[in-house]
Amino acid sequence: MPDAGLRHVEHVMGTVFSFDVRTPPTPEIRAALTAAVAWLHRVDAVFSPYRPDSQISRLRDGTLTLADCDRDVRDVLDRCAALGAETGGRFTASPGGRLDPSGLVKGWAVEHASALLHRAGAPDHCVNGGGDVRARGGPAPDQPWRVGITDPADRTRLAAVVEGRDLAVATSGTAERGLHIVDPATGRPATALRSITVVGRDLTRTDALATALFAMGDEARPWLAARPAPHAYALTASGRAWATPGWHLENGVPHLRLT
Amino acid sequence: MRRILLSTGTTAAGIAALVALKPGHTAAPAATPTASGAASGAASGPAASPTTSAASGSGVSGTFTGDPAETPYGPVQVQITMKDGKLTKATVLQVPSEHGPEREIVEFDVPRLNAAAVAAGSARIDTISGATYTSEGYRTSLQSALDRAGA
Repeated sequence: MPDAGLRHVEHVMGTVFSFDVRTPPTPEIRAALTAAVAWLHRVDAVFSPYRPDSQISRLRDGTLTLADCDRDVRDVLDRCAALGAETGGRFTASPGGRLDPSGLVKGWAVEHASALLHRAGAPDHCVNGGGDVRARGGPAPDQPWRVGITDPADRTRLAAVVEGRDLAVATSGTAERGLHIVDPATGRPATALRSITVVGRDLTRTDALATALFAMGDEARPWLAARPAPHAYALTASGRAWATPGWHLENGVPHLRLT
Repeated sequence: MRRILLSTGTTAAGIAALVALKPGHTAAPAATPTASGAASGAASGPAASPTTSAASGSGVSGTFTGDPAETPYGPVQVQITMKDGKLTKATVLQVPSEHGPEREIVEFDVPRLNAAAVAAGSARIDTISGATYTSEGYRTSLQSALDRAGA
């Protein structure tokens, strides 16, 4: 139990963001947390596909041009395009033909929030955006953060554990919101995987890759095998479990330890 | 020992950044931005092997080849040339190719996994990753329990 850290829970972007700062708080760190929370609301106002007045909605409706959008909007759409190219079109800023870069925005927003805390002098913190995690430093000196991966079959249990002191962990799956990821290649909801967890160092990329790999379904496995990164752990709809090299069983539970 | 590990780590990170920026490029000029990092790692590493060496004048001269260093992206090997203690050339001999050797995907036995799945609270866990919950779904999530416990 931290006796000197900062905790904060914020409902925004249709989900919940949890901040856990273990570096003892200074005025700068408190200000950075306030700024990070304000930033998440700003991201929601600009990027929400559900708010008719957001830049994304107005861009989609043709009442705003890309040139008149914030630079952040252009940057996010550029990154979506790059991820689309890298994944053979399995990631897109327009799933189902409708502009909605949410598959990248949440991870990107968390990554930036984490950077604000880090820059303000809080090396030990963890930001969780609705189940996508950016963790730096540790919960205590020389200790790694331990991230539990929800078992999609029973959300009160953990299917796997990831630990490290510089982690980005993103999971895509059907456990919370059903078949909501559309495979851009078919236009239909992806069904081959129940859950895939991707582990890297940058949550913008890690979050988008989790979405793309979930959409790939069975093709995620050869895609990952052909590349040196990222780490991934998947549970398939047919009841199998597979992982990239580096995962090992610890007390019978798949475990990834990053140094 | 600790210093050597740190030094090697820095080099690997520098090279990894280089590789990330220039996937598939193996040409020597690409090494220039990280020349200083590569040089310190290759020269101070335990097994750097000088192929020529002449202590003429004020500093070391010669060509040094570092041991291949394992990075998350694959093996990286660097060669540097020093003249009178100054770095004159850095060459990346070995970088991971964009589509290098296949990684071996591991398969786990699911019935055994199910039996071992960790009950919440039985292990020290700091945070939870899972499919994105709605604001409503959060209330019954493990993350919400952790947040309440830490608040």
